[in-house]
Amino acid sequence: MFWNKPIETMNRAELSAVQSTRLRDTIDRVYRQVPFFRSRMQAAGLLPEDIASLEDLARLPFTTKQDMRDNYPYGLFAVPLAEIVRIHASSGTTGKPTVVGYTKRDIGIWSEVMARTLTAAGANRQSFIQVAYGYGLFTGGLGVHYGAELVGASVIPVSSGNTARQIMLMKDFGTTLLACTPSYALYIAETLAEMGLEPKDLSLRAGVFGAEPWSERMRKEIEARLSIKAIDIYGLSEIIGPGVASECGCQDGLHINEDHFYPEIINPQTGQTLPDGEKGELVLTTITKEGMPMIRYRTRDLTVLTHKQCDCGRTLVRMGKVLGRSDDMLIIRGVNVFPSQVETVLLGLGETSPHYQLIVDREDNLDKLTVLVEVTEAMFSDEVRRLETLEHKIEAALGSVLGVTAQVRLVGPKSIERSEGKAKRVIDNRKL
Amino acid sequence: MIIKQISVFLENKPGTLAEVLSVLDRHNINLRAMSVADTADFGILRLVVNEPDIVEQALKGASLAVKTTPVLAMKVSDKPGGLLAEVKKLTAAGINIEYVYAFAAPAADEARVVLKVDDLDAAEKILNDKADGGEGPNFYW
Repeated sequence: MFWNKPIETMNRAELSAVQSTRLRDTIDRVYRQVPFFRSRMQAAGLLPEDIASLEDLARLPFTTKQDMRDNYPYGLFAVPLAEIVRIHASSGTTGKPTVVGYTKRDIGIWSEVMARTLTAAGANRQSFIQVAYGYGLFTGGLGVHYGAELVGASVIPVSSGNTARQIMLMKDFGTTLLACTPSYALYIAETLAEMGLEPKDLSLRAGVFGAEPWSERMRKEIEARLSIKAIDIYGLSEIIGPGVASECGCQDGLHINEDHFYPEIINPQTGQTLPDGEKGELVLTTITKEGMPMIRYRTRDLTVLTHKQCDCGRTLVRMGKVLGRSDDMLIIRGVNVFPSQVETVLLGLGETSPHYQLIVDREDNLDKLTVLVEVTEAMFSDEVRRLETLEHKIEAALGSVLGVTAQVRLVGPKSIERSEGKAKRVIDNRKL
Repeated sequence: MIIKQISVFLENKPGTLAEVLSVLDRHNINLRAMSVADTADFGILRLVVNEPDIVEQALKGASLAVKTTPVLAMKVSDKPGGLLAEVKKLTAAGINIEYVYAFAAPAADEARVVLKVDDLDAAEKILNDKADGGEGPNFYW
């Protein structure tokens, strides 16, 4: 199902023409309206007319989260503040939050791209969409909310938290589509079982999950335990929020709404643009946004692009599932480790739970990785020997996938803190 | 006779045993036998109680990893060599004992032990120690 078939299936030549025009307008606008972008371009010896085509985009400097912090709060806005109708901010784990502003038209674009996302996940006017993303400064809740309203679905704006109540509402209100983070979806599935309920007690058919990287294994787990189709959605507040890209029913890559957000993949070390199929950091340029346009924003998300046409009929470029972030990557004894690799290993073993936490310590100048794994009913035994065998089995599997020795420590069920937003997967105690 | 043993996963940190015991206390459960197997990181608490099904549910409700295992409960005469005599029978039959521990309840002339063996039914037969008719699961207390 399509929300906007003419755009979502537009041929490449037409789409490129649309993108070129929009890019030129955007560059023109930011050069005139945003001192930060103007001085950056001047420093690079560029005038707006130098960016005549999509190929010229690579000549422009990147924008980073640090640039947003340096221009806190409104320095990157490209319209008079009176035109701003909404302000969101992403939590500042380091320093000040990053602030984004939307004009009325921006909110319209956001609703449009989220309507595409939800429609691709099977939503329509008959749907009941439960929004279990947080509402507030975080873009997740309101982003899905506006898209769902545009589709004409019945929106249940629960926000995150109070899992037992989420499930009660899901059951009583006949929720057909759930929107939340994948780790929270798994937590909901767990709670459902604890409450003695089964997926068949619900009307849930699909879920749109995003805001944190998750593996295919985790998808299978969520799909099996909630008996739904789990759709990966992608977005970040710096660009617009959720709605930048989303999977279709094929679940084979996320279609980027590239008539609004122009993607590139770069080598995170050199900044060099990479071709289709090569893994690198996703860089996005907004080509329609008014309130706070972004030029070559470095997302830190690692993925690949493919322009191969999808079976669903959409021509929009696809990005692979995010493979991790170039900045949550752990370097342990010189080896790059992604928390998502640990998850893949744990779920691959079958008997272990996907609740885990990585603890990195430095002892005698040597990095030490400990992986806490929760004991499940299925893996628990009355014999020490069996549990120790299991620990060693997990250690061996982790070692071969990560390329670094990990010590596994079994911990009690539910002892790893459950997050209602992004799961805290890593505790790095190293003082580097 | 074959009875149900409840095992509970214990993390090796302060308060975990107290947590389990307070659940039992809340449900007014008396321990009949127990043992703890421990490693550097975790322990396994093994319990024998009057109403294993109720206890299992109560512990699961407290978010603990719980497992019920059939084990052998056996009377031995409370004198030197009493346990040895019984264990010899099992050894002669090639039955392997995974672990053994004793009951808490005192008795005049009998001790009671719990055995986890690899061939439960064979062991029970050898020891000729079936539950006596009519006394049911509460035979040992």
